[in-house]
Amino acid sequence: MPTMRRISIAAAGTAALALVLSSCAGGDSGDGSDIDRTADISEQTLTVSIWADYYPEDLAEKFEEATGVKTTIVNHATNEDVVAKLTASSDPGIDVAFVSGQYAQALAEQGLLQELDKELVPNESNLYPEALELAYDEGNVYSEPYAWGTTGLCYRPDLTGFDPTSWNDLLNPMPELDGKTTMLSTDRWLALPALKAAGYSVNTTDDAELEEAKAQLLETKPTLLAYDDTTFYSKLVSGEAAMVEAWDGWCNYGIAENPDIKFVVPDEGADLWVDTMTVLKSSENKEAAMAFINYILDPEVQTWVAENILYKVPNQVAMEALDPALIESYPTLGITVDELFEQEVIVDLGEDSLKYVDLNAEVLATN
Amino acid sequence: MAETTAPATDRAGETAAAMTDGAPAPATSRARRGKPRGILVPLWLGYVFLYLPILVVVVMSFNESRNLFVWTGFSLRWYPELFADEAMMQGLVNTLIVATGATLIATVLGTLLAYGIHHYTRGGLIRAFAIAPAILPDLLLGIGLLTFFSLLSFTLGLHSVILAHGVFATAFVTAIVLARMANLDPSLEEASRDLGMGPAKTFLRITLPQLAPGIVAGALLAFTLSLDEFVIAFFTTAPTQPTLPIVIYSMVRFGVTPEVNALATLLLLVSIVAVISAQRLTRLTGTSR
Amino acid sequence: MTTTTPQATPAVRAQRARRGLAAAPFLAPGVFFLIVFMAIPVGLLAFYTFFKRGRFGGLVFEFTLDNWAKLAEPLYVGVILQSVGLAFIVTVLALLLGYPMAYAIAGLSPKWRTVALIAVVLPFWTNFLIRTYAWILLLNNAGFVNQWLQAIGITDEPISMLYTPQAIVVGLLYMYLPLMVLPLYASLQQLDPSLREAATNLGASPWRAFRTVTLPLSLPGALTGCIFVFVPAMSNFVIPELIGGGKTVMVGNLVRDQFYEARDWPFGATLALVLTMLLVVVIVIQAAVSRRITEGPRRG
Repeated sequence: MPTMRRISIAAAGTAALALVLSSCAGGDSGDGSDIDRTADISEQTLTVSIWADYYPEDLAEKFEEATGVKTTIVNHATNEDVVAKLTASSDPGIDVAFVSGQYAQALAEQGLLQELDKELVPNESNLYPEALELAYDEGNVYSEPYAWGTTGLCYRPDLTGFDPTSWNDLLNPMPELDGKTTMLSTDRWLALPALKAAGYSVNTTDDAELEEAKAQLLETKPTLLAYDDTTFYSKLVSGEAAMVEAWDGWCNYGIAENPDIKFVVPDEGADLWVDTMTVLKSSENKEAAMAFINYILDPEVQTWVAENILYKVPNQVAMEALDPALIESYPTLGITVDELFEQEVIVDLGEDSLKYVDLNAEVLATN
Repeated sequence: MAETTAPATDRAGETAAAMTDGAPAPATSRARRGKPRGILVPLWLGYVFLYLPILVVVVMSFNESRNLFVWTGFSLRWYPELFADEAMMQGLVNTLIVATGATLIATVLGTLLAYGIHHYTRGGLIRAFAIAPAILPDLLLGIGLLTFFSLLSFTLGLHSVILAHGVFATAFVTAIVLARMANLDPSLEEASRDLGMGPAKTFLRITLPQLAPGIVAGALLAFTLSLDEFVIAFFTTAPTQPTLPIVIYSMVRFGVTPEVNALATLLLLVSIVAVISAQRLTRLTGTSR
Repeated sequence: MTTTTPQATPAVRAQRARRGLAAAPFLAPGVFFLIVFMAIPVGLLAFYTFFKRGRFGGLVFEFTLDNWAKLAEPLYVGVILQSVGLAFIVTVLALLLGYPMAYAIAGLSPKWRTVALIAVVLPFWTNFLIRTYAWILLLNNAGFVNQWLQAIGITDEPISMLYTPQAIVVGLLYMYLPLMVLPLYASLQQLDPSLREAATNLGASPWRAFRTVTLPLSLPGALTGCIFVFVPAMSNFVIPELIGGGKTVMVGNLVRDQFYEARDWPFGATLALVLTMLLVVVIVIQAAVSRRITEGPRRG
């Protein structure tokens, strides 16, 4: 294929043309139009992007019933997936995006999020007061919390033979657990166990500390069954894994199938993560979007979330209405707000978040 | 090859029969020719390798339990559940739209390209250029288009996937139509031109009908490739309008439900029916020629 | 065509211009389409490799050679070498398994040939992700292969098969085996059986007949098959992710991750271009070798 080379030279030349074109096409994209509090939202349509299986199945219909807004719900697999699409396209066609707190912060810094009009979100008053003081978005300017929790070890005592108490039980497992553990590999949660085990902050930007964490993670890698961000609980249920790094709420999916499964926050501590709801600046249905967020913050809806998704919600009214029997079955639901706030809130680190990106890439790519 | 003279009696019918009962007839025909049967052993081994996983999926699609690894009893429950799955059904619709759009683009552009290349170019430059997308790694095309669309602030959606699929599909149609073109009798076109018909008229009246089987074959290939295309769609699809492979990808990542088994079984069934009818079609067109 | 004249007369030039004009309606739409949606995007990637990454993907317009320098880091050299290695193993296995299959099919009667070929291609038409996940069902510690092994009593403890490089090889082999069988079959089927018969009649043993007649003539098909398997196996990122448990990273994963997780588009573009260049080199070698094979005997 001698022609290939010539083609690529020609292509490189035309790349410049594309740049010129783009400067014409990509000029102004929808100025931050102001919120019209009196807008008739039933004339708007709404597209919400949320993690799969993380919401009531009939959410769209219920909201449509309540407000008349025609609603479509789409799923994304990870924060990265949706953020990549949101940043790659000037109009991703999404009005409300569910992302973790640090991503909401990053999107806001990039100017992609609409400031919330609190007049349109009166149900914010149902939240715990603490839920308005989260470090990634103090005062909930751009985001409202949907669910929150922490990260720890989800395990089967019958397979481990003991109750783990430390991140080191995962990082430097005893020989019997060799090939029977999994770790999260996404974003900041890969480094978290190593950072916490060494007594560092989950938001550290210190190169030496990160280097130490990386060395630990590389040492741990050969002992793992797999990296798994989505199906770790089913690996516990099937018995492939004995102990996994897990988000508390997600561990409950395992407990639902096997009540012997337990969850523990290791003694060294962990994080307080928050999954938030945000409104995109590119949205043309901002009023409906805020009505949607307000609808979610309704205690009844959030109670449903807690009861069925088995994640803790930052809604005080909803949590106090929770059936005690449920908390008994799923002890993570009983973690109090005070206990939760002993953990560190993950925040976006600006340019320094690239350090974590590189750390992840290096740990995952090293064989 | 003595048996090539065997009359092609109802080949498709026999194909169908062989597929349903899996008769070991190849071995018999082998034996008839008095050659070693041993030669077929690797073939059967290969088929075991190819079909073992599919067998597991098909059998488990009738499993009652949600557990993927334990057979608890026969049930058809996953089939209705599959059709009730909105995300999956919407994905299917999106996929069909994309495949149709991409096939249309590719068929028109590819046919024109093939004709132009065959008649008006001598060097291989344009030919190589037109066929390059079929050889380029899908990954390169996927991220290239993502970068390109993102730079232009082009809104992603089904149209972006259609355009992206149109690129590689055009290459395949071009290649197939070119191959067909090489076997055409040029005298007809010459005669037409001698009679004073312009190139456009000659193309429409003379060449196109002769090319039809190649164009149909190219279009079918383009459609099939687009249906199952994942990588390019992964990069160019909008989060709001995933194609079926993207939907399945997120399902597989998030823990599989037995619905996926039911889907696979149905897809297999559709393929078998499509193959048999295509067989029949080729036989029909083959005899009418 | 008459003999070529080095200098085109005005008449010839005019004729060429006319030809160009006549060709335009046929060639222009397709060429334009491919320039816009293939050449420019690929060129754009080449352009991106010389700039710094933006924090959220995209790029900062600041010239740098860092992306190319980064390739030399042992980490990435390792990933590229491992991908080449895995894809190579997959290709060799596909050839070893696919050749006897294609050979057997080519020897069948025409109608059974069709059936046998369709049977090879059929798995290809169910969704490839489902086919991949079927292997998870099979190879899992709680999966069927382990259940059978334990039932037969070969092992008490489940054998870990999933989430290893070997499992990735099996997955890739499964995915691309038909792409090896088809071109092999095409070249074997074109062989003139009388050649082989002549060789046997002349007293050559079947093996010798195979080695001296069949094998050389089927080499172009084998090479095409190798390319068909090697190229996609190199850039696949789904199988390493699903079957490899995220522990083994291939070039494809690296590129995908640069675009999604890492949001380092320039480096992702660099990796993808390097991958493509590698594949072009392989294809060029393949073309040269198969040209020598097909032209060699005729010249000699």
